[in-house]
Amino acid sequence: MATSVRGILNSCKLFANLHRQRACHPKIFARNASFTYLPDTPLQEHGETSRMNLFQSVNSAMDVALGNDPTAVIFGEDVAFGGVFRCTIGLKDKYGADRVFNSPLSEQGIVAFGIGLAVAGATAIAEIQFADYIYPAFDQITNEAAKFRYRTGDLFNCGALTIRTPCGAVGHGALYHSQSPEAFFSHIPGIKVVMPRGPIQAKGLLLSCIREGDPCIFFEPKILYRAAIEEVPVGDYQIPIGKAEIVLEGNDVTMVGYGTQVHVLREVATMAQEKLNVSCEVIDLRTLLPYDLDTILKSVIKTGRLIVTHEAPQTMGYSAEIATAVQEECFLNLEAPIQRVCGYDTPFAHVFEPFYMPDKWRLFEAVKKVVNF
Amino acid sequence: MFTRKLSRISKFLPSAAYRNGVGSRKLHIASVLYAPQSGRYEEKPEFPGSKSKFIHNLKFLNPDENEGIPVYRVMNRKGEILTESEDPKLDKDTVIKMYHDMTLLNTMDKILYESQRQGRISFYMTNFGEEGTHIGSAAALSPHDMVFGQYREAGVLMWRGFTLDQFMDQCYGNCNDHGQGKQMPVHYGSKELNFVTISSTLATQMPQASGAAYALKRSGKDRCVMCYFGEGAASEGDAHAAFNFAATLECPIIFFCRNNGYAISTPTKDQYRGDGIASRGAGYGMMTVRVDGNDVFATYNATKAARDICVKECRPVLIEAMTYRLGHHSTSDDSSAYRSVDEAAYWDKQDTPIARLRHFMLAKGWWNEEMEREWKAESKQMVMETFAKSEARKKPNPELLFTEVYKNMEWHIQKQQDAMKKHVMNYKEHYPLDNFEKWEQ
Repeated sequence: MATSVRGILNSCKLFANLHRQRACHPKIFARNASFTYLPDTPLQEHGETSRMNLFQSVNSAMDVALGNDPTAVIFGEDVAFGGVFRCTIGLKDKYGADRVFNSPLSEQGIVAFGIGLAVAGATAIAEIQFADYIYPAFDQITNEAAKFRYRTGDLFNCGALTIRTPCGAVGHGALYHSQSPEAFFSHIPGIKVVMPRGPIQAKGLLLSCIREGDPCIFFEPKILYRAAIEEVPVGDYQIPIGKAEIVLEGNDVTMVGYGTQVHVLREVATMAQEKLNVSCEVIDLRTLLPYDLDTILKSVIKTGRLIVTHEAPQTMGYSAEIATAVQEECFLNLEAPIQRVCGYDTPFAHVFEPFYMPDKWRLFEAVKKVVNF
Repeated sequence: MFTRKLSRISKFLPSAAYRNGVGSRKLHIASVLYAPQSGRYEEKPEFPGSKSKFIHNLKFLNPDENEGIPVYRVMNRKGEILTESEDPKLDKDTVIKMYHDMTLLNTMDKILYESQRQGRISFYMTNFGEEGTHIGSAAALSPHDMVFGQYREAGVLMWRGFTLDQFMDQCYGNCNDHGQGKQMPVHYGSKELNFVTISSTLATQMPQASGAAYALKRSGKDRCVMCYFGEGAASEGDAHAAFNFAATLECPIIFFCRNNGYAISTPTKDQYRGDGIASRGAGYGMMTVRVDGNDVFATYNATKAARDICVKECRPVLIEAMTYRLGHHSTSDDSSAYRSVDEAAYWDKQDTPIARLRHFMLAKGWWNEEMEREWKAESKQMVMETFAKSEARKKPNPELLFTEVYKNMEWHIQKQQDAMKKHVMNYKEHYPLDNFEKWEQ
């Protein structure tokens, strides 16, 4: 028996390596994913690039941050060996165990520790292993991090705190490894909320969050960690917080999303063009709080139609804010009711994920609906 | 108005003051002692809840000066009983059932682990190395005791009679899974077996378990709650709440810590600096014991005694079972990235609960090599047969995505269920409907 267990362990290791290789292969991801990843092109002004997936670009951002700022530290559960998603790999060896370290297993502890670091003048990069596990820290985020500056009359603040956390569907995560809780945090005055769509964006936005004067929550769509690969600038660059990006220009329908859904929207735009001869404009919000209403309004004034999408459940979700703000500002420009294509109002169920997702077919149907209204 | 309010408050004042006054006078009298040696009266601390004395030389309590909490064991690594009086003297059938369950769990783990590697199930967590903590503790409980588990306690369910079909249907999330495929693999549960369904979140079950124990106490039946958790989960705030609620509200609950050395990659040195989890028991006023979790009899004895204390004295007990997680944390983990293969191999070779019990049984003449061979072949065949059946079953009807969000389906969920069905029927070719049971039109 003993030998056979060892045999299993050895074979596990082999299998783990195999698994890693397999996981890198886009086809394997395509099996579980409800989207096709479309890589971005880096800006020339950002200099030399290297091929990176999302976890590598997040790692590169933190490498830059720790290299430039001697007060910066990274911590969280399993961070020291590289993190369960490999985002911190190599950083402990490069910067020392006092700057990249494991915390005990307590999310409220991690966030509060980060607030304290920031209040005392250090730069704190805290990792919550899964967004689904961030809730024990909710009190610290909403009552402490968000209100520190306000309640102390700006005597103290924790702007140097960034909380990184993986979110979203991954194909088999079920109730507790798939959630997209961004709307909870976008309801907190005092917090900034960011979610990138890919490696180039992730690095630039994360560096902005780390250097931002307000506490930030940085949601990383975990399915993109390996599936999203781009040529990422190796040096230091930032992408501004609070600015959306039009990733595809169009005239007939505005489609707004963030994170993984941006890629679904791009595919839907292609389908709509090919099958319906409808031209869609795709906007990646990038920052959810404070969000770039201006860019959305300009687009809706042009197209007269709006679709908003997210993986999180629809009711009281993030899209409700966008829809409300748009109808307040440009009611008379609208040609059709604003559509929300979101997760259903259920927990994220394991085997039903293909039915739960706001996938390209549901979005395609929404495009048909708004153009035929 | 204002005066009226004041007068209402003042009504309470005299009696409250009277109560406090009397109380503190009594305390004062009782705590001034005559010390004949010094020939003067000595004061004792009167602070609320104090049970100690004053000292006059500054001295910090230094935990490094304490000897560690000892580890209770009945058998050594060779399966030899060390103190005859500690032998639980379980009958042959019980011991063989223990061994059968530990090894069947082991066989099931190997096959399900491999099946995940082949992409047949999405995820798995093995119990390698910790079978002794599961079976030793489960065997000492009453089947009526309620279990709140973490996620690596499949052996407890196996002991209670959860069938291979039930395990594997859950892992496949097929139409026979009671949970309708909603949760990830290994999130088992059974009302019949008093095992509350697993949630992936860590330590959340712990204060719930205290609440359940309070309810059991009030129901007046001789039942207790068994709450399993890991040494990593013990760092969560929920663990503190659980211990403190159970102690102050005098709940019949056993907190059973499986200290297996790692929380995913995090070794115990990054998790705590005290003497393990057992050292915390006293701080909460809990009876506490540390056992060798690889010794199924020690685990059994400790749990049985803990259960007696719980039920008879209505107070919580903390058991810290020391063991070693031989496998990876889960199929998403490769432990060679943070611990040496030699370290795992050492434990595997030197000390597993299964090997220890087998040595014991061999010495008793209750087991032999031929029985081992036969049982291995038989258990493997049982698992493989069940596996094939579970794999062949379809996934549940996708409509069930929307059920059990609430007790009754609310209008907005109903609306979404209808919309989902309509949409999927319109785009049939794009959804994996063949893998799922059909819904009624």
